[in-house]
Amino acid sequence: MPPDTGAAAAIAETVNKDVISLSKEQKQKILIVDDTEFNRAVLADMLEDKYQIIEAENGLQALAILQQRGVELDLVLLDIVMPEMDGFGVLEDMAQTRLIEDVPVIMISSETASSYVQRAYELGVTDFISRPFDELIVHRRVVNTILLYAKQKRLAGMVADQIYENEQRSNLLIDILSYIVEFRNGESGLHVLNVRTLTELLLNHLVQKTDQYHLTLSDISMICTASALHDIGKISIDEKILNKPGRFTDEEFAIMKTHSRIGAEMLQNLPIHQDDPLVKVAYDICRWHHERWDGRGYPDGLAGDQIPISAQIVALADVYDALTSKRCYKDAFTPQVAVQMILDGKCGAFNPLLMDCLRDMGDQLPTLMNQSNTPTQRNRREMRNVTQEIHHHKDLTASERTLQLLEHERMKYSFFAAMSKEIQFEFTVSPPMVTLSAWGAQRLGTEEIIMDPLHQESILGLLSGDEAHGLSCALRSTNPDHPVITYNCKMRLQNEWRYTRIIARAIWSTDEPPRYTGAIGKAVDIHDSQMKLAALERIASHDQLTGLLNHAYAKKRILERMEGHSASSFALVIFDLDHFKNANDTYGHSFGDRVLIHLADRLRQSIRGGDIAARAGGDEFLIFLEYKDDVETVIDRIFHSLCGEFEGFPLSVSMGIALSTAVGGGYDDLFHAADQALYYVKRNGRGQYRFYEETMKGTLSAISPLDDGRKETEDGASRMEKEEST
Amino acid sequence: MTLRECYAALGGNYDDVVGRLRSERMVRKFVLKFLQDGSYNLLCRSMAEENYSEAFRAAHTIKGICQNLGLSRLQDSSSRLCESLRNGYTPEAEELTKKVEEDYQQAASAILAFQEANPE
Repeated sequence: MPPDTGAAAAIAETVNKDVISLSKEQKQKILIVDDTEFNRAVLADMLEDKYQIIEAENGLQALAILQQRGVELDLVLLDIVMPEMDGFGVLEDMAQTRLIEDVPVIMISSETASSYVQRAYELGVTDFISRPFDELIVHRRVVNTILLYAKQKRLAGMVADQIYENEQRSNLLIDILSYIVEFRNGESGLHVLNVRTLTELLLNHLVQKTDQYHLTLSDISMICTASALHDIGKISIDEKILNKPGRFTDEEFAIMKTHSRIGAEMLQNLPIHQDDPLVKVAYDICRWHHERWDGRGYPDGLAGDQIPISAQIVALADVYDALTSKRCYKDAFTPQVAVQMILDGKCGAFNPLLMDCLRDMGDQLPTLMNQSNTPTQRNRREMRNVTQEIHHHKDLTASERTLQLLEHERMKYSFFAAMSKEIQFEFTVSPPMVTLSAWGAQRLGTEEIIMDPLHQESILGLLSGDEAHGLSCALRSTNPDHPVITYNCKMRLQNEWRYTRIIARAIWSTDEPPRYTGAIGKAVDIHDSQMKLAALERIASHDQLTGLLNHAYAKKRILERMEGHSASSFALVIFDLDHFKNANDTYGHSFGDRVLIHLADRLRQSIRGGDIAARAGGDEFLIFLEYKDDVETVIDRIFHSLCGEFEGFPLSVSMGIALSTAVGGGYDDLFHAADQALYYVKRNGRGQYRFYEETMKGTLSAISPLDDGRKETEDGASRMEKEEST
Repeated sequence: MTLRECYAALGGNYDDVVGRLRSERMVRKFVLKFLQDGSYNLLCRSMAEENYSEAFRAAHTIKGICQNLGLSRLQDSSSRLCESLRNGYTPEAEELTKKVEEDYQQAASAILAFQEANPE
């Protein structure tokens, strides 16, 4: 045995394996829709060897999968009686989106009433299998249906391609031939094109006006194509006559007139294609495009509708283009003049209906001609007609290549989604469903596809409060120009509430007016940074020793409170601890700190939830409260709860109170008044509280300048005042 | 106990089901799976809760499964119950539910007996 045979065999084997795994990947896909797991299992068991099985538990789920996978699916096996949405609901939706034309459906049910079967067929199912089913029959019908549709899809594609190519080629040939004829005529080649365009415009207008000529789309297309041949007879006319600049002699005109009959005879004598409809139409046009409605034309002197409509129209188009083009014997007339000349009967006699058409189009003719005059536009227009007739939903059939691209995009998306460690989502309004990135679903502990999320408690519970609806409203209130929103809320991630920032883009349809159809977005976990921020904020706003607010922050809160409630009554209280200096001096600073902490605790327990308490600095504290009527009782209670003793040190406070009813004005006035009341107390024996009265006005400040939230210059002033007072 | 004997005990059509599902292995697999299907419990619960549309669907499912497995006797009673509930509650449904319960218990005990006699 040669030494490399083994290696070759190994290679062959790998190649074979690749082929096998490839063909496995490309297994055709069947969607089984049945609410009973048992039934799905029986069908899957029968089919999973040869097909890839996808399962759905109800109609809504099926629609979600259909919307996602679309024409990737090769077959749907559909039950009728199901919760959420039954089989007929699925069929109706598929019919509406015309997906039923590309994805065949076999209905399986034990409902055998003929009304059910009939309704199923009406909605477009390919086959109906009733229970109990035979494995062989299920197999055979599945295979048949898939094969049939695959063939149909392929054939439709091939036919469309072929037709397009043929159409292209024959138009090209006709253009070349006509150009050759005109070349002898010394014309630019535009004549044939113009006549064809004008013929088409007139025909389209005519069929809108009347159906008396029974013209179908394909008749129109044929007449337009054949119109290019109207002057082929001129090939037999002497160039000298053709290109003569002046008027023809009678003899020359007689020769010139023969071109219509000669052209017709050339077509009649074609060795092949005698019976082709295009040849017949071209014959009519060649022979009779110089006949007149009044019977005075040539070669046969036909009158009225004896002249085929194709020839009548080409004759009119021919005259119009001759008038508006420069020729060796004349200049070009403007379109308006040309139309008027024809309407006045100066250039022949035409069917009154066609004159009406010409009059209707009138001034728009030059624009219309320009719009439709490029060969590519013409081709596209014709293609549209042809393909519409053959395959009226071509736009919905995705080619192999599109599917590959789609698959590629999907792979790219899921790769990046998995890398990003973000919860990415996509929401559609109809059917109502959320699709999560795999990582996101894992993080939230949910399925990747969630049906009807706004009515599912388990899903709504992932966001705190009613945030799910809040988010939905925020998205709905965007508009197509500004569709992106940022939404902060708490989200439950693996049973832990975390601050999350949702950035989402609403999707609006391109209809007029635009409809909200869903959204895409992501949720980013900002809990850690949010927590850090909150901690920093706390440090900045609180007194470190006592945990009460600091003066600056308390002032801010008080101002906010006063702003919203100018009609309410407020009290601002300032107090300090009597003989605190002794505590520090006698027992040391750490004891002093503990006294302050203890006093702050007493303060916290004596005030109500809505009151604001702060350490104003040193041994001075501040309380701000709102009251209804009996403020004195409240103050008395607070005062007494602050007094007592702490580890042998007697707690006694001096307290000054300013009431907004008595003082009026803003925060600064209140503060100043309370300060003066406190000063008054300290001057009069301490250990008591006093409300500010007018008589205290002008007394000095008691408060130490430290951290009282006022400006430095004032601080300086008040420090001096304090020093004076002691 | 053979599968054929099991079918005889629960009033089913053994030849029919083997003919349709092609092998005794398939029939065996799905008959054993039958006990795991929750439709029967759903039926009993829905009847007790007077949720007759849910009961209709459950009866419908039982009927479909029985058709596929050739469990003729239970298929017959569940089919009749299903029809009696198709347009909501009818008085016959009570009696028919009892019959379905009876047939289901019979089928279940036959299948259990078969399972014990033929462990995997």
